[in-house]
Amino acid sequence: MIKLLKTKSTLPGFHIAFGYTIFYLGLIVLIPLSMLFAKTSTMGFGEFWSVVTHPRTLAALRLSFGASLIAGLINVVFGFLIAWVLARYRFPGKKIVDAFVDFPFALPTAVTGIALTALYSQNGWIGKHLYALGIESAYSPLGITLALIFIGLPFVVRTVEPVLQELDVELEDAAASLGANRWQTFTKVLFPNVVPALITGFTLAFARAIGEYGSVIFIAGNMPGKTEIAPLLIMTKLEQYDYSGAAAIAVVMLIVSFTLLSATNFLQWFFSKKIGMN
Amino acid sequence: MRKVLFIILAGFIWGVSVSDIYAAKKITLLNVSYDPTRELYEEYNKIFIKHWQKKTGEAVEIYQSHGGSGKQARGVIDGLDADIVTLALAYDIDSIAERSGLIAANWQQRLPQKSAPYTSTIVLLVRKGNPKNIKDWDDLAKPGILVVTPNPKTSGGARWNYLAAWGYALYKWNNDQAKAQEFLKAIYKNVAVLDSGARGSTTTFVERGIGDVLISWENEAYLAVKELGLDKLEIIIPSVTILAEPPVAAVDRNVSRHGTIQVVDEYLRYLYSEEGQEIAAKNYYRPRSETVAKRYQDQFKPVKLFTIDEIFGGWQKAQKTHFADKGTFDQIYQ
Amino acid sequence: MATRTENPWIRRTLIGIALLYLGLFIFLPLVVVFYTGLSKGLAVYFQSFSDPAALSAIRLTVLTALIAVPLNLVFGIAASWAIAKFDFWGKNLLTTLIDLPLSVSPVISGLIFILLFGAQGAFGPWLMDHGIKVIFAPPAIILATIFVTFPMVARELIPVMKAQGNEEEEAALTLGASGFQTFWRITLPNIKWGLLYGVILCNARAMGEFGAVSVVSGHIRGQTNTLPLHIEILYNEYNFTAAFAAASLLALLALVTLFLKSIVEYRYRAELKAAVRTENV
Repeated sequence: MIKLLKTKSTLPGFHIAFGYTIFYLGLIVLIPLSMLFAKTSTMGFGEFWSVVTHPRTLAALRLSFGASLIAGLINVVFGFLIAWVLARYRFPGKKIVDAFVDFPFALPTAVTGIALTALYSQNGWIGKHLYALGIESAYSPLGITLALIFIGLPFVVRTVEPVLQELDVELEDAAASLGANRWQTFTKVLFPNVVPALITGFTLAFARAIGEYGSVIFIAGNMPGKTEIAPLLIMTKLEQYDYSGAAAIAVVMLIVSFTLLSATNFLQWFFSKKIGMN
Repeated sequence: MRKVLFIILAGFIWGVSVSDIYAAKKITLLNVSYDPTRELYEEYNKIFIKHWQKKTGEAVEIYQSHGGSGKQARGVIDGLDADIVTLALAYDIDSIAERSGLIAANWQQRLPQKSAPYTSTIVLLVRKGNPKNIKDWDDLAKPGILVVTPNPKTSGGARWNYLAAWGYALYKWNNDQAKAQEFLKAIYKNVAVLDSGARGSTTTFVERGIGDVLISWENEAYLAVKELGLDKLEIIIPSVTILAEPPVAAVDRNVSRHGTIQVVDEYLRYLYSEEGQEIAAKNYYRPRSETVAKRYQDQFKPVKLFTIDEIFGGWQKAQKTHFADKGTFDQIYQ
Repeated sequence: MATRTENPWIRRTLIGIALLYLGLFIFLPLVVVFYTGLSKGLAVYFQSFSDPAALSAIRLTVLTALIAVPLNLVFGIAASWAIAKFDFWGKNLLTTLIDLPLSVSPVISGLIFILLFGAQGAFGPWLMDHGIKVIFAPPAIILATIFVTFPMVARELIPVMKAQGNEEEEAALTLGASGFQTFWRITLPNIKWGLLYGVILCNARAMGEFGAVSVVSGHIRGQTNTLPLHIEILYNEYNFTAAFAAASLLALLALVTLFLKSIVEYRYRAELKAAVRTENV
């Protein structure tokens, strides 16, 4: 049976490696995740639909997706700029700055949460200036977005930076020798080549952001319908013994995650094919 | 490579061997409690360990877990291996009994005073000098006042807060339930942050400086004042408020499985002793013992209190009317 | 030449914006952590680590990482061997499934283990009857951690192994080496930096996981609190100095991770490039 799966390679160990991969994947990921569907299936479609379309659920999903979208877009702009600066320019301390871009990825989310809350709350270093201007930075959708910007940045920089580094300078030279000015070279030659990486980076940051919990709950304010994110709503449902309700929202989020992930994998595959053809 | 393996192995052995997680020789108890009781039980556990040692010669170790009351009850139902639950309200212990059968249904009759060894009430905490001039419940419903209170769906304290305000409204408008609901709606319109537990709300109000008034447990309010100083906060006692009776119970099935019946029973009864009452009072819970209450009479001002049974016909009914799905709280938040 | 780069002042402005942005959004939170942690002096700072609850949290965190990381390492090697060295039907789907835990919300990652092992869950009653504690005990914490860090070694190894190609291994096999010898002598040295890179990332996440662990922990002081959970508890007890002190420990871990990562990254990129070069030859 497995023989059919495998195309010929003389290397040994396919059966054991493949077998173990499937076994471990099933044990740790697939069986536990299937519990969500099992739990949801106990509740009939009508009930599932009424949980998922409940105003509070919709508000939470809207907030999670909306804030993630805005944070993702901001990260696309600044992530691109940072990637550009790191890939193209030289300045003192660049190596440290480059390494530091990954800091949000390495910092545990709970630490991010309390640090950002301390920073953006009414008496925090940044918060006090924002509050003086009448901007509520903590315990508001803005605070949530700020946290999501923090955690999403490395995803964009790290996907775009290598592409910028490897772009053929000859292309730029050619464009320049054909009389294009720098701005034209950028918009017509450089930018189109970076778009796939930007989309991938955005999707990764976005996917991470919609599920984010630790860094957000401290700063969110957690008001139903206003500043309650979808993962927190799952938590709240769980705390009210509403297991199937929690599972239902989880299923919706899971489907979205899976779709996004497949889309990224497909995009990467698609663009690598395209580049390969060129 | 070998060195790395060695270090990993050594660390592993250290981690397992020093962790007392599976060293079950000593008697260990787990007290699953709600948010504001951390300090109370930390202190109580110390004297109980001494007391039990003196009485039986046995060493006992007590672990604590804290969180929103409803959340903690859910944990016990889901398998959190508690010997003792000390929660914010009877309904949460009832639901453990009902949903998991871990606790006998008659638990509330097993100990004196409906199994609530101490009481508390709901007060208002404002900033020093009371800049918004908040005197009573009415002021919370005024436009422009920012109120901080936790989410009644997950926090026991929040449910007491809600019912205290509701009870006040009934007094004021002659038992007009519709008026009361309108009043609560006005208050909750002013809520700035709805944390999942009482402790989270206090942090939001006190440390983060959000809101004009915090609806809080009396003990929690005192604790905040003690931690942060009288120069920052002021406690306002409303004209009428609720008598909160946080109950305690043994988790029967876990206790019999662990073989900890005697020590758990003593743990709960000792709460009613002079020593236990003294610690409760010291941690700003109103003691049941008259003699201890007398010693702390400056601390606990007399206030007009109503009970949940008088006004709401008990927790089961209150829960159903107000906090269940489509209850009054959901209606307010639509 | 001038057309291949920007005006110096444009360049400087862009660098300035990038640094300002990073400083404001990424660096300042780090400063806040250490500033608040140390705000009451060094004595208080170090005292917060001698608290038994803190020590126990550190211990559980280390234990969790020590179990989760090696297990995911073994899986990572197996998965990347199968995926990179062979072609089979459904490979893209398998890769997507392996990546799945990274985009599942941490709350969901915890929830599934409650549904599985909770007293009301699928296996809960059976475990209870046999006196095996999983949920609200270290096993569930470790399982949830394994889940959230599941793909972290595999996803670093797959590209390296792919880039390495099969030729070297095939040559060794023709020369009479056993499968295991080939792996130990040829493959492993070729991928060691990628492996290390994955382990570092996996470890950082394993030690820092909050959401999933929070759902399955039960928050028993001195028993089932990991360091991130301990921070939350301290934070909720108005004990901000201690909370930020503990947080600074994890921030330090993050910095060490970054440091090791950039060292390894340098070698890892070389490994990838070397592999690509030999493949092209």
